[in-house]
Amino acid sequence: MLRHWGIPVELWPLRLRVGWWDIAAALLVFGAMAALIWTGRKVAAPFTLGQPVSISLDAMLLPEYALRTTLRMFAALAASLLFSLVYAAWAVKLPRAGRILIPLLDILQSVPILGYLSITITGFIALFPGRLLGVECAAIFAIFTSQAWNMTFSLYQSFRTVPADLVEAARMYRLSPWHRFWRLEVPFAMPSLIWNMMMSMSGGWFFVVAAEAITVNGQNIMLPGIGSYIALAIEQRDLHAVGYAIATMLVVIAVYDQLMFRPLLAWSAKFKAEAVEGESELSSWFLTMVQRAKLIRGLAALARALVELSRRARGFLTALVRPVRREAALPADLDRWLGRLLDIALSLLALAGGFLIWRYVSGEVALAEAVRVLLLGLFTALRVAALILLASLVWVPVGVWIGLRPQLAQRVQPVVQFLAAFPANLFFPVVVLAIVHFRLNVEIWISPLMILGTQWYILFNVIAGASAIPTELRHVCANLGVKGAVWWRRVVLPAIFPAYVTGAVTASGGSWNASIVAEVAKWGDTTLVATGIGAYIAHSTEAGDFPRIALGIVVLCLYVTLFNRLLWRRLYNLAAERYRFD
Amino acid sequence: MPSDLMTLEGISKSYQTPDHIGRLVLDQINLRLQEGEIVALLGKSGCGKSTLLRVMAGLVPPNAGALLYRGQPVREPVRGIAMVFQSFALFPWLTVLGNVELGLEALGIPRGERRRRAEAAVDLIGLGGFEGAYPKELSGGMRQRVGFARALVTEPDLLLLDEPFSALDVLTASTLRGDLIELWLERRIPTKGILIVSHNVEEAVELADRIIVFSSDPGRIRGEIPITLPYPRDAAHPAFRQIVDEVYTLLTTAPQRDDLRRPAKREAIGLGYRLPNASIQRFLGLIEDLLAAPHNGRADIPVLADQEALGMDELLPMIEALELLGFTHTAKGDIEVTGSGRAFAEADMLERKRIFAEHLLHHVPLAAHIRRVLDERPGHRAPEERFLRELEDYMSEEEAATVLETVINWGRFGELFGYDYHSGVLSLEAA
Repeated sequence: MLRHWGIPVELWPLRLRVGWWDIAAALLVFGAMAALIWTGRKVAAPFTLGQPVSISLDAMLLPEYALRTTLRMFAALAASLLFSLVYAAWAVKLPRAGRILIPLLDILQSVPILGYLSITITGFIALFPGRLLGVECAAIFAIFTSQAWNMTFSLYQSFRTVPADLVEAARMYRLSPWHRFWRLEVPFAMPSLIWNMMMSMSGGWFFVVAAEAITVNGQNIMLPGIGSYIALAIEQRDLHAVGYAIATMLVVIAVYDQLMFRPLLAWSAKFKAEAVEGESELSSWFLTMVQRAKLIRGLAALARALVELSRRARGFLTALVRPVRREAALPADLDRWLGRLLDIALSLLALAGGFLIWRYVSGEVALAEAVRVLLLGLFTALRVAALILLASLVWVPVGVWIGLRPQLAQRVQPVVQFLAAFPANLFFPVVVLAIVHFRLNVEIWISPLMILGTQWYILFNVIAGASAIPTELRHVCANLGVKGAVWWRRVVLPAIFPAYVTGAVTASGGSWNASIVAEVAKWGDTTLVATGIGAYIAHSTEAGDFPRIALGIVVLCLYVTLFNRLLWRRLYNLAAERYRFD
Repeated sequence: MPSDLMTLEGISKSYQTPDHIGRLVLDQINLRLQEGEIVALLGKSGCGKSTLLRVMAGLVPPNAGALLYRGQPVREPVRGIAMVFQSFALFPWLTVLGNVELGLEALGIPRGERRRRAEAAVDLIGLGGFEGAYPKELSGGMRQRVGFARALVTEPDLLLLDEPFSALDVLTASTLRGDLIELWLERRIPTKGILIVSHNVEEAVELADRIIVFSSDPGRIRGEIPITLPYPRDAAHPAFRQIVDEVYTLLTTAPQRDDLRRPAKREAIGLGYRLPNASIQRFLGLIEDLLAAPHNGRADIPVLADQEALGMDELLPMIEALELLGFTHTAKGDIEVTGSGRAFAEADMLERKRIFAEHLLHHVPLAAHIRRVLDERPGHRAPEERFLRELEDYMSEEEAATVLETVINWGRFGELFGYDYHSGVLSLEAA
């Protein structure tokens, strides 16, 4: 085949005949490029700590703010992707490192993102003195911390479960480690990675307000973006502005859902080994457009040509993904000793870390306060447990009802996905107003905020679980006349149990993290505070009280980990053992 | 004299069990593959034949012995040796052409040539027109054709086939076999030698110049049968049938089980005997069929396999189980129902269970052992781990689980003991 500028010559005559899809695609590509360049210039503007960045509640500015926020989110998503690929590859290819890397991830995941933000912000500002870039980086980093971990877990899980026969085939045909990584391991991981990216994106929105309106040492910095807009609207009690923000978010989420995630999901179906029975094929108009547009096909050919060229210079990157051979070649005794040495070193390091935290915290905080923080954690734990229970009582019947009606389920699923992506903190003003207006108990009525965004995972999974109940089983029930309580207890609840647990785990984790945002709600000068560890951390962050932030985070991590180990893991095992269809 | 493609001298392979006692899978294998021959490896499932194939492929390193490909030692997959997998092992996200090109891509062959050679291989194997299809769009037979094209495109000297036809239906398998043998005989592929692992005796006799029969525990070469029949071979021909008979005889009279022929020595099997994983319902059906016409209590094993439409890997464990329990007696490729076997088959359900329980206690030490332990314990209960630990002294963790599962199934049928799946507890209460 002849080629010209990397594009197969056969494509040339076709390329000159421009079709409608080509115009639309070109507009989108150039538009995205222009937006990138334009914001890039703005970000580089000089900035000294103390000089306020002006944010206005003018609705005309919202598109710009939305664009900036979205770019931040995607920058964080790209960073998360890169981080996840490297981290998961290391954890799998170096089993010895994986032993520590994975638990580490477990902890990183349970640290609330506000914790990361308050600890790292000063460092980022110092890195780029006098520039907005430092704050920008801190915000992106904060969003990153709300997105990365579940993606990393999903990749790690996938890398470990690559089918053995494919691994053997790859070895047999002598693919290089680099080649194997991109041709086997990454494609295999793709479908679940994309699902997790979607979830990460939703999680990111929730914290965007916190990440863009940052308080450093009692000083307020607001980055131009939709998060700051919302923060300002809340501060100035501007209900119209909140309404505009909600409308803008709806549009933004709809756009990237249509332009990015639906196409990605539809595309990733090809990485699944077998189509699962009953699973509907996702379709995406955008993907169809991309696949049909000749211009984009040409670009793809160009990209392939570039990849072909770049294969020569990749020695450094190969080192990242190469399984370590030397380790295996060591004599067994020496190997064991090295392992033990590493264990000891790590343990010492961990001990030193623990000691440092203890010294740091105990210098400032009395033992009585530590006990009080533990108690605060208990309050939040009660709140989370009660909310999950409540949400389950509501959404399980609804989910089952929808799930047993396949056509309805197909129409409802995208809506639920959309709701999950919608940042719940936009509804905070409504809740605060209601509490103040009806003089409700803050401790109780502020709690629903924690689960506003995460309850959808329960609904989503229950729908999926109910629609997966085999038709024969339902026919048997009809045939035997199984109805009412027996039907629920013996048929439906066991059948949806695994899916329900998956949803509830996600919802619970999200609620813990959300507690920091949700236990303190503001509307102008009105601040409602519930008793809980989330409020404690939020308060310490505002005061710039680092020892107390550290204490709060440690205790929160403790609770999350306990919750996971004692409750969810057991339910998970139970689900995997007993209630599944083979 | 034809030159050697591959030589194996004293190849041994053992796997580590959790308590660091190695379990020998391959014991002192000596084998010589010459140019121009097709060799078939036959044996029960789990006899190590697939491990041997992987050793030869360079995928699994042996613990001892020398492995030479054209005089050069093999330590990892080398150029010139290609493999076709039982499960096809296609990359679902690559098209037919993409899958076929993969091996060439790894060799660093430029794009244009890659495409040309892949297209040629795809045409050769009869996949023309499907170049752009994804594996999930194809039927099993077509998928395995992709597997063959992917192997052949690298122009291998030696083709290793790991039960390549066993995931296909009978008709598809025979078509594909026919196509392969045609390519081979007409020298349309540059391949110099083929080694096929199989559990289908007729398939091996149809294809091979030489059949090597494996015995298990540990895997050893039990015997070798050369085949000089001209191709294409007719499965109905008396000479063909005779070779099939010969292979079955060799398979069912492995040396370490000679003691089982003599009733007086039946107790010779120990606690750690790897019970064949056979379902009671199926061997019950088998013994009933054996008693009925036309067999009337005695049958030629290949004929039986054919009639029951059972592969060797399915039939042999059933025969072994029946033999073990003293319900049948096997000699020279024939199987005969014993007196107690007849009584067992002709009894009603309750009586059947009684006979079965009696034979189980008498002939299977593991069953007797479990019953004794449960009888002695005050609560008449014991966790399964207790027995698993004991079995793991003799075999791998995985095998121990399989053996225990088999004995639990048999014990439940005989109502010797019960088992609770969720708690994993064995008890005297019937489950």
